[in-house]
Amino acid sequence: MVEFALPANSKVTEGKTYKAPEGTKNVKNFKVYRWDPDTEDNPRIDTYEIDLDTCGPMVLDALIKIKNEIDPSLTFRRSCREGVCGSCAMNVDGTNTLSCIKDINDIDNDAKIYPLPHMPVIKDLVPDLKQAYAQYASIEPWLKTNTPAPKNRERLQSPEEREKLDGLWECVLCFCCSTSCPSYWWNGDKYLGPAALLQSYRWIADSRDEETDARLDNLEDPFRLYRCHTIMNCTKTCPKHLNPAKAIGEVKVAMMQRK
Amino acid sequence: MGMGLSFDGKNLMHGFINFFRFRSTTGAKHATAHWWAQRVTAILLIPLLLWFVASIISLVGAEQEDVRTWIGVPWVSILLIFMFGVLFHHTQLGLQVVLEDYVHTAWLKSISIIFVKTAAFVLFIASSFAILIIVFAE
Repeated sequence: MVEFALPANSKVTEGKTYKAPEGTKNVKNFKVYRWDPDTEDNPRIDTYEIDLDTCGPMVLDALIKIKNEIDPSLTFRRSCREGVCGSCAMNVDGTNTLSCIKDINDIDNDAKIYPLPHMPVIKDLVPDLKQAYAQYASIEPWLKTNTPAPKNRERLQSPEEREKLDGLWECVLCFCCSTSCPSYWWNGDKYLGPAALLQSYRWIADSRDEETDARLDNLEDPFRLYRCHTIMNCTKTCPKHLNPAKAIGEVKVAMMQRK
Repeated sequence: MGMGLSFDGKNLMHGFINFFRFRSTTGAKHATAHWWAQRVTAILLIPLLLWFVASIISLVGAEQEDVRTWIGVPWVSILLIFMFGVLFHHTQLGLQVVLEDYVHTAWLKSISIIFVKTAAFVLFIASSFAILIIVFAE
């Protein structure tokens, strides 16, 4: 059955508090999930008092400040720091988002920072995304054709055909959506999840792709596609303001239309 | 010839792997049909249940004989049997999805789904039978 409570060794405990220096005026508390695989300890929440006057505007800036100046053991993924790489996806203030484009000022009270929900944790804020990547690979995210390529030019697409890919190509594969989906929490081993399904639709909707039927065949399954119950958490949480729920709806329409 | 043989073998193997990877009593190929049937029955139930509830409200306080007469009207009995058919079909489709969502022990899931489908079918037969007894008692 589904487990509704955390296992005993996953129960989160109170951690250390790192005080701000005396005389700091503009202090904000960052409560950060910590878990070290090299110890037997349960996960804990460490509290860092951060001087916002000497910190950049985004949540990622605060995390980098913590790592640089307070606690070098804090572990998280980051790369582009401008919302295009998808590395720094985490749960900030109760919502999955990219910490590099999440304004600290948009968080009332303490900033609570956790890894993406319901994924195995490797360390601190770093989740294990092996399964999600395997699911992405399973939709074969590349252009597939059976006709020979046109000579001396690319495969053409009209502006209208290209427009159908808007809202799909922008996905940075941060998996904020998949890890916010209760259906993915319960059945993530069989349900592909909104991220992989939006990507799948990106190729189904592409006028140049000639394997639409095979792509739909691959999704004709009660779990891979149809565990989506239109909960809409995916669309609500997407830091790029995309609409995975709509993309999944379009896949279902395509399924119906070919019947 | 050789190609034909290997193609058949590959198809067989593919089906075999899929069967074990995605255990489901729906049968993988019927996923869209299942999803669509759930939508169609849901939409059919809107007018059917509105009509049924309105009829029951208008019969509040009526004598038993009046209710039997109402059920005995041919188009009413046909609609009632149709409504129960749609209702129990929708019920078992929906409960199957709930069980697939939350019950992860394979044997328990299968038994639960078979139980739900059987119960829905028996309830449909029972309700239809009750209506037909009234119709043909006249």
